[in-house]
Amino acid sequence: MHPMPKQITSASPHQHRPLQPLWLRITHWLNAVAVVVMVMSGWRIYNASPIFGDFRFPAGITLGGWLGGALQWHFAGMWLLALNGLAYLLLNLLTGRWARRMFPVSPRGVLRDAWLALTARLSHADLGHYNQVQRAAYLFAVADLVLLVVSGLVIWKSVQFPLLRELLGGYEMARRIHFIAMALLVGFIAVHIAMVVLVPRSLLTMLLGRSTLQRKTQPESAA
Amino acid sequence: MNPFIWQRNNADAIVSEARKLITKQLPQDARRQFLRRGLTLGGLALLSGCRIDDSATAEAALTRISRVNDAVQGWLFDGSRLAPTYPDSMIARPFPFNAFYAESEVPRVDASSYRLEVSGLVADKRRWQLHELRALPQHSQVTRHICVEGWSAIGKWGGPRFGDFLRAVGADLSARYVGFQCVDSYYTSIDMATALHPQTLLALDWDGQPLPPRYGFPMKLRMPTKLGYKNPKHITAIFVSNTYNRGYWEDQGYNWFGGS
Repeated sequence: MHPMPKQITSASPHQHRPLQPLWLRITHWLNAVAVVVMVMSGWRIYNASPIFGDFRFPAGITLGGWLGGALQWHFAGMWLLALNGLAYLLLNLLTGRWARRMFPVSPRGVLRDAWLALTARLSHADLGHYNQVQRAAYLFAVADLVLLVVSGLVIWKSVQFPLLRELLGGYEMARRIHFIAMALLVGFIAVHIAMVVLVPRSLLTMLLGRSTLQRKTQPESAA
Repeated sequence: MNPFIWQRNNADAIVSEARKLITKQLPQDARRQFLRRGLTLGGLALLSGCRIDDSATAEAALTRISRVNDAVQGWLFDGSRLAPTYPDSMIARPFPFNAFYAESEVPRVDASSYRLEVSGLVADKRRWQLHELRALPQHSQVTRHICVEGWSAIGKWGGPRFGDFLRAVGADLSARYVGFQCVDSYYTSIDMATALHPQTLLALDWDGQPLPPRYGFPMKLRMPTKLGYKNPKHITAIFVSNTYNRGYWEDQGYNWFGGS
């Protein structure tokens, strides 16, 4: 299950295929910007009429200054989030990257890799290979973002998207789903960033497409 | 949609265009208020590397995108798609009061001297009295009022269909906008497609009784296909036009279409 085909690693060092292709890095970082805009402006919108008692987000971590400004950011950011997300999904499917790197994934495999990780026996030597905990986490993030977009559509246009509205249990339920999906996404981001801190080379890979600053092929690790 | 709209290279063009737009659209004090409220930026500038600390640039770009969103919503709007209706048992009692002023400042309108002005692209510009509005076919609906803040409440409104009224005054139904002026100085405007929607009512009643002052006596426009702030209360003048009309909250940054 080595993701890097032999003929590429054995080719000239200057022609090696990046661990993360350029399109993936671009969509990843655009998505990061979109999610920050959406979450921070969404918190300001939430504050205008809290769902959960008196719970409000501190104004300092929100975007937009006031409800009208936050809505403008949110309804601008939604285009970046949706169009970039669509590009990400299409490119992943068309290039076969998902099939190669996100699958197979099974509950048993996730538990096994989680146990290996907790006992510090999981190798991070090969950043081109996602363990099953990573696969499950990334697939969860994508599914959660889709749920955020769908519940957002229901809140934005509850009359114009009747099927989606009924599937999500009506306007008020869609608001709660939107909030919970946001909270789960923020939880994912916290873990995601913690993992990057633990394995800093992964940040380099997501920025440069490779895990070293020298433009050289890494000797293939015994995975 | 260009996600790089606020990068440096096209910033100058956007700013100059937006200045022109905004000076036309915004009264100076509202514009200053918007700028003063500012935009909290946090680490966003670092992340994006874009110059969003220039609030005029960001504001202009956001205003432009909001106009694009108006067009998209107009395209999404289906004049035959009805908002869900609910049983009377689900009506919110008391229904929330919401305005840009306190409930103690609600205007009191005298029913006998009330006259509704109609102007613009209409054949018949005579003023309407309340009993004439009541003589039009009356309809009733129990629908959800959705506020831009996120809360919602179910209410029961009754009155003539706005489409029937527009036909009665011989309005140009191909005109683009219908604007409203209210007793409480509120003003807003909507697209003709929404004006002609079968659930768009000139509401005279709330819960089977004449509209109480706090809900907009003597008449409010009730549209379950739009957010609350697009539903003006205490309407005193209606005008049909092809020129873009503003709105009290829209001038401060709320989306003009405001559809749901």
